[in-house]
Amino acid sequence: MISKGLFKKPKNELEDHHWVKRQSDPAIPSELCRSCPSCKQLSFTSDLDNNFHICPKCGYHFRINGRQRLNMIIDPGSFTEHHQNLISTNRLEFPGYEEKLEQATLFSHENEGVITGIGKIGGYDVALFVMEVTFMMGSMGQVVGEKITLLFEYATEHHLPVIGFTVSGGARMQEGMLALMQMAKTSGGVKRHSDAGLLYIALLTDPTTGGVTASFAMEADITLAEPEALIAFAGPRVIEQTIRQRLPKGFQRAEFLLEKGFVDGIVPRNIQKDALIRLLSLHSIPKGGDDHGSL
Amino acid sequence: MEAYKRVTLARKKTRPTGQDFINNIFTDFIELHGDRCFGDDPAVITGIGYLLDMPVTIIAQERGKNTKSRIKRNFGSAHPEGYRKALRQMHLAEKFNRPIVCLIDTSGAFCGIGAEERGQGHAIAQNLMEMMSLKVPVISIIIGEGGSGGALALGVADEVWMLENAIYSVISPEGCASILWKDSSKTKEAANCLKLTAQDLLELEVIDKIISENHRDFKNVYRELKLNLYKRFRKSQILSPEILTQTRYNRFRKFGALDITK
Repeated sequence: MISKGLFKKPKNELEDHHWVKRQSDPAIPSELCRSCPSCKQLSFTSDLDNNFHICPKCGYHFRINGRQRLNMIIDPGSFTEHHQNLISTNRLEFPGYEEKLEQATLFSHENEGVITGIGKIGGYDVALFVMEVTFMMGSMGQVVGEKITLLFEYATEHHLPVIGFTVSGGARMQEGMLALMQMAKTSGGVKRHSDAGLLYIALLTDPTTGGVTASFAMEADITLAEPEALIAFAGPRVIEQTIRQRLPKGFQRAEFLLEKGFVDGIVPRNIQKDALIRLLSLHSIPKGGDDHGSL
Repeated sequence: MEAYKRVTLARKKTRPTGQDFINNIFTDFIELHGDRCFGDDPAVITGIGYLLDMPVTIIAQERGKNTKSRIKRNFGSAHPEGYRKALRQMHLAEKFNRPIVCLIDTSGAFCGIGAEERGQGHAIAQNLMEMMSLKVPVISIIIGEGGSGGALALGVADEVWMLENAIYSVISPEGCASILWKDSSKTKEAANCLKLTAQDLLELEVIDKIISENHRDFKNVYRELKLNLYKRFRKSQILSPEILTQTRYNRFRKFGALDITK
């Protein structure tokens, strides 16, 4: 048998040493700077903070957490969170699930994979959900499904539009079929809200996949997406394994979905709030106050 | 490994497929093709026929019986047009006030370039939403494998029944083992953990009824299904559309609504 390393150019010691040194000893502390995964350029973290976490060089949208997103969209001080204390239990007694939940809580500083509540965007009253990528990849278990359904029910009852930011790895397999049932449950909530003549705008962010794509992410009246966001039912790796061929560049990215007719528009983060305000205004939602006119 | 034994039985090549159930339960079946958008998906058979003296709409996933037909049927994995074809038939059923029977048997919605291009996620999502408000009775039966979203897209029903050796799962045990434990040899363990058997799912109230089977002879299964479907539809005929849709909504609303307030 031919050894795999036979045709590899042996590295000389100096090269190796140099490489190791560069990797393990960055000249700049990571908190000060971040390197862009797309163009590899370094940017000051403070610059990114002031630029909606968009790379100033290439426009790449860094992944951000739910609270950061909330602050970018909602009018300051107007947000009231709902059902913040709902937490998951391991009903199926799935091995290792409790530890995963614990880690996720510590890592994300959130109780679950979605933040829901009511607030104002440019003075317009809205019901809002923002999925949390740092909590088990925003996967949908019973609590995520419940919070989103409760939000749609609340919005239906109070005649509010729903604005939703999705990011998810899909149904949470540790909750088995109870997770899958959330797809049907949330869809029921969306349907009733829609039948009541109310507006639902979904903004799909990187990545939105699986059971979330196949339910409430794709059920909005107006579907927007962040630039280059991966939006898929089956993730690219699963497809490559199934069909055994490489996928074309840009496949399943927001721009691809726009071309295929599955999103209404691509909206960069820095103009998302403006875009939402314009859409809300066009749907003649009463502006603030206690004037609850018909929608 | 009890659960994994069911997985092999559910996938067994000699197990009757959707077409067998149609032939043995309904009479005068007329197949109706196409989604009116892109094409006709052979992985889903749709049409109308009689359940005893009652006209019904039938939607069945079909995996094929031999190599040739399995390839034609794409092994029962539907593309978006399969789900859109099903939805078209459901709306026709609603228009003509026919009950709907869905027969579920798929390893999952197809994962491929064309399926993604034509909006697999969107097609499934639309079915979930529309089925929730159908004004006619809907019964879904898992006859073999119920693979995740691709199965649920025909599974938003007033009642969901399951054959004794069928399975219904959020992910295949193989997929679960390789994603969670990066170890495909743990498939049997995954099958146990996922609670995918009819008995498990009855306890979790994901399904409402188990149809017992003798896996060598399905005659009794067909007979029992025929009678049970007929009885169930006769009963729902007296219900108003409002009660029907409210009951269906509540059926799915209950999952995760009770035991999580802590």
